[in-house]
Amino acid sequence: MIYLDHAATSWPKPIEVIEAMTDVLESAGGNPGRSGHRVSIAAARIVYDTREEISRFFGVSDPLRVIFTGNATHAINLALIGMLKPGDHVVASSMEHNAVMRPLRSLEKKGIHLSIVRCASDGSLDVEDVADVVTSDTRLVILAHASNVVGTLLPVAEVAVVAHQAGALLLVDAAQTAGVIPIDMTAMGIDLLAFTGHKELQGPPGIGGLVIADNIDSAQIDPLICGGTGSRSESEEQPEDLPDKFESGTANLVGIAGLGAGLRRIKDIGIEETRAHLKTLARALIDGLSALPDITLYGTLDLDRSVAVVSFTVTGKRVSEIGFRLDQDYGILSRVGLHCAPAAHRTIGSFPEGTVRLAPGVFTTMDDIQQAIQAIGRIVRS
Amino acid sequence: MTQYGVILFHTTASVMRAEKLSIKKGVSVKLIPTPRQFSTDCGIALRFDWSCRDLIMSVLEEAQVESDAVHFLDTRPV
Repeated sequence: MIYLDHAATSWPKPIEVIEAMTDVLESAGGNPGRSGHRVSIAAARIVYDTREEISRFFGVSDPLRVIFTGNATHAINLALIGMLKPGDHVVASSMEHNAVMRPLRSLEKKGIHLSIVRCASDGSLDVEDVADVVTSDTRLVILAHASNVVGTLLPVAEVAVVAHQAGALLLVDAAQTAGVIPIDMTAMGIDLLAFTGHKELQGPPGIGGLVIADNIDSAQIDPLICGGTGSRSESEEQPEDLPDKFESGTANLVGIAGLGAGLRRIKDIGIEETRAHLKTLARALIDGLSALPDITLYGTLDLDRSVAVVSFTVTGKRVSEIGFRLDQDYGILSRVGLHCAPAAHRTIGSFPEGTVRLAPGVFTTMDDIQQAIQAIGRIVRS
Repeated sequence: MTQYGVILFHTTASVMRAEKLSIKKGVSVKLIPTPRQFSTDCGIALRFDWSCRDLIMSVLEEAQVESDAVHFLDTRPV
């Protein structure tokens, strides 16, 4: 079996991640910080250490500004629903995932004003087009760091300058880049960063987070949920303290332990080395597919301007048929369709059929890629 | 006998951070259940050797770790 669906969920997970998750259940599975006994403290230590590692990883000095959530979608919803009020103007790119589009469309019905900046058909974004729609009423600009459909990187740091000049904040969806592209929130001017643990950070599903930059006042974000935090228990009011304000209820300790182990592994291997490996694989995949008849490839096809996500269609063949035959006849696992990103597919011209998406991961080999190219070649010619 | 003090924090994350920073600076500390006489809270507090009070407070201040209160425990362990 050749797993090329890492843009959805990285798999298999590194042994370090599995062991960290097993260890926590065996030896430190108390409720983090609630009880004060040794396994509660051991659990709280794992949660805090992971929080600290994430803050360093993303260039934020205060670990308490890392808010654990269930995934990137949850983190994006926390930022959008927590911050935006009727009358606020919001800008997003046309390459956004439904994790951004759906909460924005829902908030639009409640009175926010939404501007969608059209990207080019390769998914790239012209910063001038953002500057044209940002006004002094703009509260927030939202950008995917990289498209989940074609991998195209968006100019986050440049857009941050434009947003800040207008007095707006920048929220970045780093679902596709965290773990493969270095992210320094302070240097890049990112005010809010949503990430998920289960893709290239190598963690399990069910853990992600929202990181709030050091200079952003968290009072402007309301919590999505309220409840017990293990702190200020004498009060029936939700605390304002970070991270508790946004973390009511018992944390996903096992997920946090796995995420921490994934993060440490990435640091050990090196993010640049990881990216170089994925670039080599994606380059070979693009070159191999380009040589086949009737294939249309999407995106920039330039791996200095994108992450390793390759989308294609074949003239005269349904994407669902290609995906099914890859799985059934060759054991090659892809993801076909709209990838929860209808706006992105409209932008690149593949709506409503969608594309076949292949995304290699850290354990993918060049042999896997060559087998995939051969299999797709046979399907195309059949 | 060692005389102890205890620092209370608003969040578990803060007490964990305080513990780490203290150990890094060579200050001997222990995480204990928050003594009920000082707080109705349900979490963890940081116990320290009372003679290190100034040092630990300066460590926390430098790192901008917000604490709730500092209490003298005397020689009781909690």
